[in-house]
Amino acid sequence: MIATFDPVLLARIQFAFTVSFHIIFPSFTIGLASWLVVLEWRWLSTHNPVYEEVYRMWVKIFAVTFGMGVVSGVVMSFQFGTNWSVFADRAGNVLGPLLGYEVLTAFFLEASFLGVMLFGWNRVGPKMHFAATLIVAVGTLASAFWILSANSWMQTPQGFRAGSDGLLYPTNWIKVIFNPSFPYRFFHMVTASYLTTAFVVGGIAAYYLRHNRHVKHARVMLGMAMIMAIFVTPFQAVLGDMHGLNTLKHQPAKIAAIEGIWNTEKGAALRLFGWPDQAEEKTKYALEIPKLSSLILTHSLNGEVKGLKEWPKDDRPPAVWVFWAFRIMVGLGILMIFTGVTAAVLFFRKQLFNTSWFQRWCMAMTPAGFAAVLAGWFVTEIGRQPYVVYGAVRTSKAVSPVIGSQLTMSLLAFIFTYVFIFGAGSYYIVRLIGKGPGDSEKAYGAHGVKEPPLFTDSASEKGGKHV
Amino acid sequence: MFNLGELLDLPLIWYGLIATAIFLYVLLDGFDLGVGILFPFAPSDSCRDRMMNSVAPFWDGNETWLVLGGGGLFAAFPLAYAIIMPALYMPIILMLLGLIFRGVAFEFRFKATGRSRRFWDYSFHFGSLVATFMQGMVLGAFVQGIKVQGRSFAGGAFDWLDAYTVMVGMALVFGYALLGATWVIMKTDGITQDWARKCAQYVLGYVAIFIGIVSISMPVMNADVKRLWFSIPNIFYLLPIPLATLVMFVLNWRNLHKGDEYSPFFLSMGIFLTGYLGLGISVFPWLVPFAVSFRQAAAAPESQSLLLVGTVVLLPVILGYVAYCYYIFRGKTSDEAHY
Ligand code: HDD
Ligand code: HEM
Ligand code: HEM
Repeated sequence: MIATFDPVLLARIQFAFTVSFHIIFPSFTIGLASWLVVLEWRWLSTHNPVYEEVYRMWVKIFAVTFGMGVVSGVVMSFQFGTNWSVFADRAGNVLGPLLGYEVLTAFFLEASFLGVMLFGWNRVGPKMHFAATLIVAVGTLASAFWILSANSWMQTPQGFRAGSDGLLYPTNWIKVIFNPSFPYRFFHMVTASYLTTAFVVGGIAAYYLRHNRHVKHARVMLGMAMIMAIFVTPFQAVLGDMHGLNTLKHQPAKIAAIEGIWNTEKGAALRLFGWPDQAEEKTKYALEIPKLSSLILTHSLNGEVKGLKEWPKDDRPPAVWVFWAFRIMVGLGILMIFTGVTAAVLFFRKQLFNTSWFQRWCMAMTPAGFAAVLAGWFVTEIGRQPYVVYGAVRTSKAVSPVIGSQLTMSLLAFIFTYVFIFGAGSYYIVRLIGKGPGDSEKAYGAHGVKEPPLFTDSASEKGGKHV
Repeated sequence: MFNLGELLDLPLIWYGLIATAIFLYVLLDGFDLGVGILFPFAPSDSCRDRMMNSVAPFWDGNETWLVLGGGGLFAAFPLAYAIIMPALYMPIILMLLGLIFRGVAFEFRFKATGRSRRFWDYSFHFGSLVATFMQGMVLGAFVQGIKVQGRSFAGGAFDWLDAYTVMVGMALVFGYALLGATWVIMKTDGITQDWARKCAQYVLGYVAIFIGIVSISMPVMNADVKRLWFSIPNIFYLLPIPLATLVMFVLNWRNLHKGDEYSPFFLSMGIFLTGYLGLGISVFPWLVPFAVSFRQAAAAPESQSLLLVGTVVLLPVILGYVAYCYYIFRGKTSDEAHY
């Protein structure tokens, strides 16, 4: 019976589940790696031990997150073949080299120097250790560059031709790599990672301040996080707006779904909320602000905005998902801007570090970045349906000849494994946060193990029996 | 557009490069998977700590060779990637799940205490074991051939499962255990080292038996392979491979008993090299045995050219800094601790 499930749907669910799980970690590690660079640089230049202790606390959290990012990423690199083999065959000429470059320029760099960063404390000098941290951070950005280039090409493909054999062939690599949506997506995503990290760090700092623990460290953490919130959140909104205008040019159907507009209109209203109904072809219960949509999208009150009915029924993305995911992302963005503005006001009143309600607010915002990142990706990916390579390869024509029952089993196995691993990882991270910075016990590497004995301690080797 | 196809035999170069990446993966992740396979049998918890510490700085980099093997296959031979992955769907997914459980154990184990620590010990062990066994089965299924129709896999969901693939799976478990044990000999001393030496001596015998079985079964199962190895004059050109393997076994056996610390690891890697060469020669020129050759599966020359430039520039750099990282963590793991 299981075998009768639609393999395309199962493959999509499995891919969406595993990639959504994966992106949680990069969006944190990309930001954290860069922040650790700043911390270590501050520490090396000021010799203020607070920076060192904050660094040492967060590098452990970084290690746990990075580990989960790596194992879930390795899964992703095989899924193009296991789940989407027809797509891999047809688009491989174009996408393959981009992913290859990601491995060569980013993954080896990150993976090799991570070892030095975590375990190299007393094996290399401080300068070299700093270099290792820097290299890991550059690696995460390089990785984002290539994978987002690949993804953006699937959204706004150019620089290729379709061969008579149905395969896609590259014709201009510069056009492929720097495809129209890539710059926007790259900067929007990297900024999103920085904000994700900032809100996690800020939330935890607020928690320490509320409980009067590690106050010196918490002030550094909250201060740095709020600098990001004040200056970078508005920038993200501007970037997002530009990204949206770019999408309007290349994927107007996605924008129609985001806006919940079905009929092409002049002077279209902005539907703040509502329920886009795919079958009835209208957005029900809409709360509208007249003309605003046209104003935002065309910069003119009476500009024309295309509605979903412009496209045949099977060429439309499922609007409800796109519509709501977009509102969640933008809503969180607005809350983040609010946080930044409030922090600035409190700072000038010299109350940034002792306003109780603001501390609670920051704690509540801890997961905001993750939620916004996931919501944003859902807009992007569901909004490009029914295509996997926009306008060129349909999702339904991309799936592997793997039978449904196999997919069902592997999907269940992934869900079970990921929930379990994620639970354990979160638990250890929470414990590390509970311990906080500046624990006096000298740790072995970044692993928080007590220093192993100087000499081979034969007594304990013989003694401690396993199980 | 930019195309080196007229100057160079791109498909052949890429065939060699992918084979090299996979071989480096087997060697490097082989020893840390091997450490995981032997893990619960170590005499004490502090031995296990030391074993884990000896591979902790390297495992991630080692696994990246797998990503390069997979990613490189996708880039240079998308058709082969698109056929092999669905054909070996289940063992590959199981391998990935195994790699997840062992990968996170590196971080989680040191954070855990008491019973949950023991859980991550087993997660490391069984994860390594399952990943290795599945890699062996993938290899076993691969050399037996994959059913293809048009541009897709056309076989059944369980084509990869038979007695032969189970045997190759077990062979690889022993093979990695040998790499792991000899690594531990090199990186530790005292009780841990003594124990690892005993393991290595024991495992070496099994590896010899399995290599024997595989070497005999390949030509028996496949007439082309038989013709390749046993016709005149091929047999004279190819004879050095089995001979070298034999010599390395004998040396390894002797040096393990003599108490050498370094040579067993390198001799074990040598045994892997000759075994891999032997398999490679048997499978050539197939990329999806015995259906799609590496020329048929090659990506467009533009694609292979682009990545080749990057590889030629970056691969030496990568090998350089990987070597530097191994150099930073040189010496015995137990000695490393005094800071
Ligand atoms: C914007 C960033 C971003 C996005 C969209 C993705 N990744 Fe990722 N990935 C990273 C950013 C990243 C990273 C920051 O580089 C990671 C996260 C943690 C880590 O260890 O490196 C990583 C790890 C990582 C690894 C392990 C690397 C290693 O061995 O060290 C692989 C194989 C992939 N990813 C593959 C993928 C694939 C196939 C994706 C698309 C479907 C994908 N990633 C989406
Ligand atoms: C990292 C954040 C990402 C998230 C959260 C994400 C999310 C999703 C979701 C939800 C789907 C399912 C859409 C649907 O079927 O309705 C999907 C599909 C897909 N995505 Fe992504 N995606 C991400 C990044 C990427 C990247 C970087 C690539 C490629 C380079 C990619 C390639 C694909 C492919 C091949 C599919 C399957 C075909 C399809 O359903 O369109 N994704 N993704
Ligand atoms: C506040 C105003 C914001 C606006 C106007 C905005 C706009 C957009 C638009 C239009 C897209 C879809 C682009 C496409 O698929 O073509 C998008 C995607 C995305 N957004 Fe936002 N965004 C905002 C805030 C945020 C915030 C605060 C975050 C995270 C912290 C975020 C994270 C993302 C991510 C990860 C994606 C998917 C990747 C991409 O396509 O770039 N966004 N955003």
